[in-house]
Amino acid sequence: MKGFRRLAYPYAIWAVIFVVVPMLLVLIYAFTTRGNSVLTFRFTLANFARFFSDKIFISVLLRSLKIALVTTIICILLGYPVAYAISRFSPNNQALCVLLVTIPMWINMLVRTYAWRGILLETGLSPEMKVYIGMVYNFLPFMILEVYTSLSKMDPNLSVAAADLGCNNRQVFTKVILPLSIPGVLSGITLVFLPAVSSFFIPKLLGGGSFVLIGNLIENYFVTTGDWNFGAAISLIMTIIILISMYFTRKFDYTEEERA
Amino acid sequence: MTEKKSLWTKIAFALAIAFFYLPIVYVIFFSFNSSRSLNNFTGFSLQWYQKMFENRTMMESIYYSTIIAVIATLVSTVIGTVAAIGLSKSRKLIKESVTQINNLSMMNPDIVTAIGLMLFYTSLHVEAGFGTLLLAHIIFCIPYVMLSVTPKLKQLDDNIAEAALDLGCTPFQALTKVIIPQIKEAIFSGALVAFTMSFDDFVISYFVTGPGVNNISTYVYSSVKRINPSVNALSTIIVLAITIILIIMNVVPMLKERKKKNEKIA
Repeated sequence: MKGFRRLAYPYAIWAVIFVVVPMLLVLIYAFTTRGNSVLTFRFTLANFARFFSDKIFISVLLRSLKIALVTTIICILLGYPVAYAISRFSPNNQALCVLLVTIPMWINMLVRTYAWRGILLETGLSPEMKVYIGMVYNFLPFMILEVYTSLSKMDPNLSVAAADLGCNNRQVFTKVILPLSIPGVLSGITLVFLPAVSSFFIPKLLGGGSFVLIGNLIENYFVTTGDWNFGAAISLIMTIIILISMYFTRKFDYTEEERA
Repeated sequence: MTEKKSLWTKIAFALAIAFFYLPIVYVIFFSFNSSRSLNNFTGFSLQWYQKMFENRTMMESIYYSTIIAVIATLVSTVIGTVAAIGLSKSRKLIKESVTQINNLSMMNPDIVTAIGLMLFYTSLHVEAGFGTLLLAHIIFCIPYVMLSVTPKLKQLDDNIAEAALDLGCTPFQALTKVIIPQIKEAIFSGALVAFTMSFDDFVISYFVTGPGVNNISTYVYSSVKRINPSVNALSTIIVLAITIILIIMNVVPMLKERKKKNEKIA
């Protein structure tokens, strides 16, 4: 049996070459400036200084965070009731409902977002509103499915017991169901917030050319301007912000568990 | 009280479904529009379908999306399964490191993975095109296959493979005749995830593909500057194809089950 161990080595090498090395390259580019070849590698913080000293870049960063945060909140407010509704149906219907929520996710995101362009064309909504609609549309299913999974795992006897012990319906929900479904909400938050921060085709397709988020900034520096070092630095800043927010989400998850 | 409760849950769910399916229905409807307009239906016509079939770049994008998804799924499923089996027997250090790298690959924002691969290819002076696109898809699909296969491997009884070896199987036979049949379903669902990830990918494809090689996503993105109703026709074809695939996937197991039952009765 131990002979099978050897099967892991080729992939271990593959993973280092094709996953770790590209990430290191992003780091190296972020800390160097244009014209630096690998041989004359010189460490610099110039890219980061440029980003944080420019008001425009900061406002794009803040706007991206705001859009992602609001999208996440809307997804919780809309997704939770829907997930809860699904979990109240009979088991057969639940499977069907989950399938109905999943089917649109099979259809290319770009294609679905493109469809919204036509719908929103002459509605007179601001670019920001259109971007919100596109974001919520694309990421809401993730929230619904995560919350539903945690709700469906819950032992229904818990609610019955709480009711027997004198809880009214509202208390059963706020004291039993809601706290137990928090882990689902938290993993939903990760699945919504993360792609929402870095998305660049939703603002491009729905917000028009003038609505720039941090993803569009990265795209511009890689595809249009060709300043890869600065682009790499921006994506590093974005990744760090995502890591920090995920750290807090997880930490919140753990403290919830400890309390329980 | 229960009556009232079941009503609001139905309404909430119906609203969500309406929201999710609105753009899909909209796109199908307007793919039959006789004018260029995206929001004003002037009459029935099939001209956008005709234009789509005449548009070479568009047809090529369907071809590239499909061929890349098929090859990437096959290759990543084989590599991912073999790696997951090897890893399940490996020492803790290597197991944990590879799992961490896989997590990094899956949790990283797509755009960061994309520029990483783009920088990687340029550093090696590889020309971007079909090959770079395919390799990128294989790279990001493998962790999802492993994620699906690994939990199933943990449940396996080591003694069964051990017994096969004792009874004279070569390790290769033990692998193909004992281990893989036991994890068949997990491999299949991993392959399914890989296929969807590859077929739907936009961000990574956009950064690593070269001139002339477009998949459906990058084509739609590039055609967004001007109004092109053929995209609606293309979308309708995709919706149709996926609906057929989903129906087959849900109906075939049902028929199989029925057949099994009939056989039992006979």
